Amino acid sequence: MQRLDCLRAIYSRLEDCLVVTIMGAVAAELHSLGHRSNFFYLQHAMGLASSTGLGLAMCLPNQKVVVFDGDGSVLMNLGGLTTLARYRPANLVHVIFDNESLLSVGGFPTATSTGSDLEALARAAGIARTSTVHAIDEFVRTFDAAVHATELACIVVKVEALGPKSYATDLALMENRFQFQRHIENLKRENLKSENLKRK
Amino acid sequence: MPVSQPNSRVVYAALKSCGIGLCSALPETWLVHLIRMADDDPEMIFLRLAKEEEGVGVSAGAHFAGVKSAMLMQNHGFLASVNGIVSFAQLYRIPLLMVISYRGHFGERDTWQTQGGSSTEPVLRALGIPFAFLDDPEKVARRVTEAQTLAYSRLHPVALLLTRELMWEES
Repeated sequence: MQRLDCLRAIYSRLEDCLVVTIMGAVAAELHSLGHRSNFFYLQHAMGLASSTGLGLAMCLPNQKVVVFDGDGSVLMNLGGLTTLARYRPANLVHVIFDNESLLSVGGFPTATSTGSDLEALARAAGIARTSTVHAIDEFVRTFDAAVHATELACIVVKVEALGPKSYATDLALMENRFQFQRHIENLKRENLKSENLKRK
Repeated sequence: MPVSQPNSRVVYAALKSCGIGLCSALPETWLVHLIRMADDDPEMIFLRLAKEEEGVGVSAGAHFAGVKSAMLMQNHGFLASVNGIVSFAQLYRIPLLMVISYRGHFGERDTWQTQGGSSTEPVLRALGIPFAFLDDPEKVARRVTEAQTLAYSRLHPVALLLTRELMWEES
């Protein structure tokens, strides 16, 4: 199973979510499917995509937040799983693409290649809704259920260690950052408007 | 415990008057009262972290969501957060308000704090992070406000160092 196919299969479901990705292949592949202003690609700071998702989810409890993480990044912030479990935001879906490799630096194997089990780690951290998926239809089903659930979910997606030729995109980091923030401002403004209308 | 409760209250009040809606923290002796105040405050989103660096991501998420935040940590927690500060907050121009207990400096009795104590200011300077000391309760409110103002006008991390003078009542 390839990560790009997984992303393609659920791309249309991301329209109403706030999406945070890690750097490298995940960012480049999601971007290649069509950038949206609700996507933020964290192009460094490995490990902090899930923490960013946590901050977003805690501050915007009515907004679905999806984090696309990777095994290398999660292994750099394993404690973050315990923080997610502690506050268990019901509006957060944590997807971890596990290719058992630090692909963007040449494909060095990570500890998941020698048996470390990220789903088991997430569950042991205290996250109740966890799964590991190996096929696209299984991933789509699990992702859909997680997005519609009102419970923190962690989905480990076992994928091949394959990525795009280049990780460069034509989207400047700053452009992405301000666009994403503006997107949320607009969302909040629209929500406020519709609440006011309801009150009238 | 001789951690100053009145001065902790002054610091917390200053954070509240700046509109801080989210605090992340990792417990440390000087922060006990501040952490309890944040935890007891129903208006505050309060997150206890496993490692301080997570707070950089949390604060960035809060910033994108339009919520003002503060990170409460020991200077060793700041040292442990440097990659997040550089490759997220500085790279992406995220305003961070870091409230750092300045352990290991003059008056420190715990040997294990002393190395970090002498590295704190040099590292802040090396990173180009503006910082100021919270030492006089009379000046806390203004300094906190001004630190936050600079963080937002420059879109950059700033640090406030909680000093022994402010936080510790010598017995």
